[in-house]
Amino acid sequence: MLDFTAMTLAIGPELWLAAAGLVGVLLGALLKDNFNGLSFKFGALVLFVAAGIAAVFYQGGEAFGGLVETNTFVNYAKIVSYVVGGLALVMSEGFLKRHETARYEYALLTIFASLGMGMILSAANLMTLYMGIETLSLSSYVLAAFHRDSARSSEAGLKYFVLGALASGMLLYGSSLVYGFSGTTDYAGIAAAEPSVGLMFGMVLMIVGLAFKVSAAPMHVWTPDVYEGAPTPVGAFFGAAPKMASMVVFANVMFQVFGNSMDQWQLIVSIIAGLSMLIGAFGGLTQTNIKRLLGYSSIANVGYALVAVAAGKDLGAGPLLTFMTLYVVSSIGLFAAVLTMRRQGGMVEGISELGGLMSKRPWLTIALSVLIWSVAGLPPFGGFLGKWVVLEAGIGAGLYPLAIILVLSSVVSLGYYLRLIKIMWFDEPTERFESIDSSVMLVVLTSALFVVVFMVFFFVLGGWTGQAALGITA
Amino acid sequence: MGGFPILSALTFLPMVGALIIMAVRSATSGSSSVANKANDGRTALMAGLVISVATFIVSVAAFLYYDPSTPGYQLVEQHVWYQSISYKLGVDGLSLPLILLTTFLTPICLLASLNSIHKRVTEYVVAFLVLETFMIGVFTSLDLVLFYIFFEAGLIPMFLIIGIWGGKDKIYASFKFFLYTLLGSLLMLVAVVYMYITAGSSDFEVLEKFAFTPHAQTWLWLAFMASFAVKLPMWPVHTWLPDAHVQAPTAGSVVLAGVLLKMGGYGMLRFSLPMFPDASHLFQPFMFALAVAAIIYTSLVAWRQTDMKKLIAYSSVAHMGFVTLGIFSFTEVGVQGAIFQMISHGFIASALFLIVGVVYDRMHTREIAAYGGLVHRMPIYAAIFMLFTMANVGLPGTSGFIGEILSMIGGFQASTWAAGGAALGVIFSAVYMLTLYRRTVFGEITNPALNDIKDMNRIELITIVPLALLTLLFGVAPNLILNLTEGAALRILSMMAGG
Repeated sequence: MLDFTAMTLAIGPELWLAAAGLVGVLLGALLKDNFNGLSFKFGALVLFVAAGIAAVFYQGGEAFGGLVETNTFVNYAKIVSYVVGGLALVMSEGFLKRHETARYEYALLTIFASLGMGMILSAANLMTLYMGIETLSLSSYVLAAFHRDSARSSEAGLKYFVLGALASGMLLYGSSLVYGFSGTTDYAGIAAAEPSVGLMFGMVLMIVGLAFKVSAAPMHVWTPDVYEGAPTPVGAFFGAAPKMASMVVFANVMFQVFGNSMDQWQLIVSIIAGLSMLIGAFGGLTQTNIKRLLGYSSIANVGYALVAVAAGKDLGAGPLLTFMTLYVVSSIGLFAAVLTMRRQGGMVEGISELGGLMSKRPWLTIALSVLIWSVAGLPPFGGFLGKWVVLEAGIGAGLYPLAIILVLSSVVSLGYYLRLIKIMWFDEPTERFESIDSSVMLVVLTSALFVVVFMVFFFVLGGWTGQAALGITA
Repeated sequence: MGGFPILSALTFLPMVGALIIMAVRSATSGSSSVANKANDGRTALMAGLVISVATFIVSVAAFLYYDPSTPGYQLVEQHVWYQSISYKLGVDGLSLPLILLTTFLTPICLLASLNSIHKRVTEYVVAFLVLETFMIGVFTSLDLVLFYIFFEAGLIPMFLIIGIWGGKDKIYASFKFFLYTLLGSLLMLVAVVYMYITAGSSDFEVLEKFAFTPHAQTWLWLAFMASFAVKLPMWPVHTWLPDAHVQAPTAGSVVLAGVLLKMGGYGMLRFSLPMFPDASHLFQPFMFALAVAAIIYTSLVAWRQTDMKKLIAYSSVAHMGFVTLGIFSFTEVGVQGAIFQMISHGFIASALFLIVGVVYDRMHTREIAAYGGLVHRMPIYAAIFMLFTMANVGLPGTSGFIGEILSMIGGFQASTWAAGGAALGVIFSAVYMLTLYRRTVFGEITNPALNDIKDMNRIELITIVPLALLTLLFGVAPNLILNLTEGAALRILSMMAGG
């Protein structure tokens, strides 16, 4: 008995993505290479529409006999993930065209990865969660290796696949333990089950698996390699859309499934958060490749976000959304800036290539500096308030050591953020970059504007996320 | 005072001006000839000068609207921003003199840069104006979060000013400046968040009335002091300052010594004393020890310097020791003296850095040994240098004397030993300043390059003479400032006493 109204209310965006993705496959089969150019606009449009659908059915609902259940908390994450996923697609086209890999599969894989994100966000059952994670992961592995003739890209895809499979295995094993000791795979059922050592074992293994997906230490080792090896637009996508979705899923599982045993996992999540912040901060100091640098920066930022998770549902849900929104928007802008680093047909990735950018492209440099300072968490940019709300959650929950680690690692990571600023503003100019795709420039400027505007109008963003958090706290 | 938000206008006028300059430049850029570029830079500098003078006029207007006879915050503007954080501005007798100091020094800085900054002038002007907004914002905000935003945001333009237009080791100095100060202020951020959660508000007036437990006060005091001690700077966390001063361009040093250091003293008076009175009492001996150590130790270090700017930088640390001494005496005269010393040092140190800049622009060296006998070629320069040497030593008749004597009187009431140690520092300051003066100005000309050095030109005189006049004016009529600050000082002390 299929109840279409309930299904649409609960997972409208995912139904749309699945249908549109299949239409895309059909179009690809019919139009063949003629679809290549169009596919990027098609894909971006599909994702933006999906975000729109999620906004329309914002309150969410339950369907498939409780296999999926959505609320404002996850729907907010869906909207952000789809929008930044669409932005990543918009700015990919020029890059892939120049590498002669602008094939429609790319857009379709992005759509299917987004479908996976939607599924894990909507999941209310461990089975749905696992299926969604595999949909997302398998699409991601292929995307990472999309430049199949490039050894680096293939290596990135393979590394991601092998380690990702291991993590999936852990997640699955953890899930089976949880199932074994609670007798159900339903989120609410597990939450109501009697706590036992076996359940805790399962929980820890699930945390390991999820930590891999969000690239939190000590399951982070793949991140710099994959960020560096994967084609830059793919890195942009990984750093934004799945990051947002996985992080919210991590929180969702902790809050919803293991909400009653918070005293058990709070320490684990705190340790993971602390390690991520420190490794992300210290690891980035010696990097010379901008994509690896962004990889370490993302590890550190995941650590900050996990502070909000460790603070628990009531304190942490809203700040988590706020922080992640500001972070993924900045992240996509930073990757867009990497896409502008192109000369004589080839991409350059050394951070020293940015030398003296200010004298050649002032607006790009200013936008980029704003983004860097925002990610670093310095006022007067949005990232500061992201950090502020996370700190507020952490200190409110009494996690003082974590708060201290947060600020100390912020100072350390400033070491590499400042180095970027220094290279762009202080150093002597290097050779000028070739002309920039207008779509890429648009993404850089939009995200820079976003972190400035939402600094001034922070109450708007804070209002949205606060409302979204009510979906699980109320 | 109708509803016109004069403090918002004052705070953001320089920033708006900076945006306009940026927009105009990007609209007119394209002409790439060298002559045009130089011309563009000059126009931008003039525009910046006009904007900063306008800001000064607005600040004077705010001063005229301010009523010194009523204590507490005035000209308050308040709008709710996010949850319990509000956009709240206001001034009192503590912040107003510092605002006037800021708006007064900025045009001088820009004017002093006319002949010394030749590359990327537009960006320089923009950075300075943005910095001015953040500096004024620090003094006008009446909300802890807003204060913190301005406080930390000011690092960014200063980082760029040192890093782009600085000397040989500018990169090292700018990183050290940024990371050192940031580490301190991020620890303060944790304390700010804690206070916000505990008191349920970040409004100064609420926090001043809120009684934190003595245990919490200790930690909060330490976290705030981590920031202010670095900023002021206090011994032993002052080591960023000589580097930053030596590498910064002249105007950067002026604004650093003139205004940025004062934020540390301002923060102690605004937060440490009224909000954490128990902890302040607890740490009083500790602060006295650090203040006296700073005064004596850095004076001795200054004596042995071979670089003129470094010498003045160390002398700044010593003079800030008097500020700490006065503040932590918890007496009216001491607090008044500390505020006075901050203002006075703002004039004197700024002028001394300008004086070094004058010869640096001509000789491109700051080595004391490269000079000598300047009086034969630069009589006006020698006279002005003499005035500020005396002011820095604390000669009666100059504002330096009033600040030091009041701080010491306050310190004496609290601890004879501390005041005695500080008095020793006054003697040392005479030793190093007179040594500097003798070695650079008197004697025979030993360096042949000095033979055709020119005396100060008109622009240099315009930048320094106002500072000289004010130093003398406040030296003979200190009440001009003291009447303004009296209410604020009394209010801080009454809040400490639990009022």
